Amino acid sequence: MSDQQGPLLSVRDVAKFYGPRIGCTDVSFDLWPGEVMGIVGESGSGKTTLLNCLAGQLAPDRGAVRFDTRADGMVDTVTMSEPARRMLRRTDWAFVHQHAHDGLRMNVSAGGNVGERLMAVGARNYAEIRETALDWLGRVEISGERIDDRPSAFSGGMRQRLQIARNLVTGPRLVFMDEPTGGLDVSVQARLLDLLRGLVREMGLSAIIVTHDLAVVRLLADRLMVMKDGRVVEAGLTDQVLDDPQHGYTQLLVSSVLQV
Amino acid sequence: MTAYNFAYLDEQTKRMIRRAILKGLAIPGYQVPFASREMPMPYGWGTGGVQVSAATLTPDDTFKVIDQGADDTTNAVSIRKFFEKTAQVATTEKTAEATVIQTRHRIPEEPLTEDQILVYQVPIPEPLRFLEPSEVETRKMHALEEYGLMHVKLYEDISRHGHIATAYAYPVKVEGRYVMDPSPIPKFDNPKMEMAGIQLFGAGREQRIYALPPYTRVVSLDFEDHPFDPSKADHPCDMCGAGDSYLDEVIVDDAGGRMFVCSDTDYCATRQAAGHRGRLTTEDAA
Repeated sequence: MSDQQGPLLSVRDVAKFYGPRIGCTDVSFDLWPGEVMGIVGESGSGKTTLLNCLAGQLAPDRGAVRFDTRADGMVDTVTMSEPARRMLRRTDWAFVHQHAHDGLRMNVSAGGNVGERLMAVGARNYAEIRETALDWLGRVEISGERIDDRPSAFSGGMRQRLQIARNLVTGPRLVFMDEPTGGLDVSVQARLLDLLRGLVREMGLSAIIVTHDLAVVRLLADRLMVMKDGRVVEAGLTDQVLDDPQHGYTQLLVSSVLQV
Repeated sequence: MTAYNFAYLDEQTKRMIRRAILKGLAIPGYQVPFASREMPMPYGWGTGGVQVSAATLTPDDTFKVIDQGADDTTNAVSIRKFFEKTAQVATTEKTAEATVIQTRHRIPEEPLTEDQILVYQVPIPEPLRFLEPSEVETRKMHALEEYGLMHVKLYEDISRHGHIATAYAYPVKVEGRYVMDPSPIPKFDNPKMEMAGIQLFGAGREQRIYALPPYTRVVSLDFEDHPFDPSKADHPCDMCGAGDSYLDEVIVDDAGGRMFVCSDTDYCATRQAAGHRGRLTTEDAA
């Protein structure tokens, strides 16, 4: 990667409350370029709330989320103007939803879905857009002849791969993923994880992955945060946390995984 | 007809509509919300255009109504009669003599002058609607000039048909800022929108008014390698021989016979009166 010194994303004391209930609170961490961070925890532990706060989809009630923009260096995305934040969302950031139909336009062809971000940043040459779309469909292992089919004709795994292509086509630097393998069967999951791992390494992406599946973080994440009741209870290198859990809840989580 | 105020609407309503029109003219292409009134005709029959016309007309105006270019179709006849009755304004079928022209789906072939106002009936004013169903989101996209989605629609056209198949309601960008739906006029008419007259757009059901001041820059969206093409049927008019007008295709028998005729009836009649002849003109008809 480049010779930049500081972290890509710097999160300080982020909190989000739903009335008297805690969404997430007291979350602070740094994400470095090329690093993949996993956030695990049970349902309702606040991991999706946290992800939405980080990705600018939800305004946190407290705290700062500073991102290293290409133009102006570290900027707080919570207080930045909405046009600037939306610009980040279609250039430097990507968001992979758990359900592909939340992240895709289901009534637009696969090529149009991949091309949308390109056209949103000003691409106006049909042949070039189409060529890039074909290239990306190939990279996520979707046959080029499906380029004019709508995602509604795709299987769950293909939709998820299409969503990934659509997000990565503008070469983002930070990818947010919310349960990217949720709802897929295990063999499709394995293929998707393989693909994601390849793309993350190849493009030098930084990523934040929210999941309840420990196998996913074991495979993809360099670092891990464990959340419970809206708070981070343990953080560290993935292997360290999973192999030698310190906090009682993490021990419970690790021991709860079914062995085949 | 003293029971009605001039041009049917009360003065406060006209005032409200005029304010919306002025705002629309000040921000070309921006959709101004207005409190659309119930009119004595169903939505979809030009309630928006009628309200804009009512707020625009003065007793000295000469009014013309066209529907798909024709002066003699149901919609045109009934709206013309409506204003004859409620405003007692002079009406005409001659484009050059009219000061206010209400139109559905066409721009007259004859260029308009600075003394003329063209009022469009608009069914759906939001060009992004079919791709983005949320009004909150489309307003935000207009505000922030995020128009990538409009090109996704054109991309889909090319990928499915090999060319931009959108033939009417072809999206335009106004003065380099707002993307606007020109109402369902054929794309053949798009270049004519850079004109000397004032253009007002009224959508009654959707409660929006927008406008183009004279000589406003109006650019049809396209791709570098698939440029905008204002196409028409590749024939001359069978009645007046015009090669530069937008044509309707008319099936004339059950053996596949067809003719092409100007959709602008006034243009065609004027040319025939001036002695122009087409393939199917019979001398006694002229």
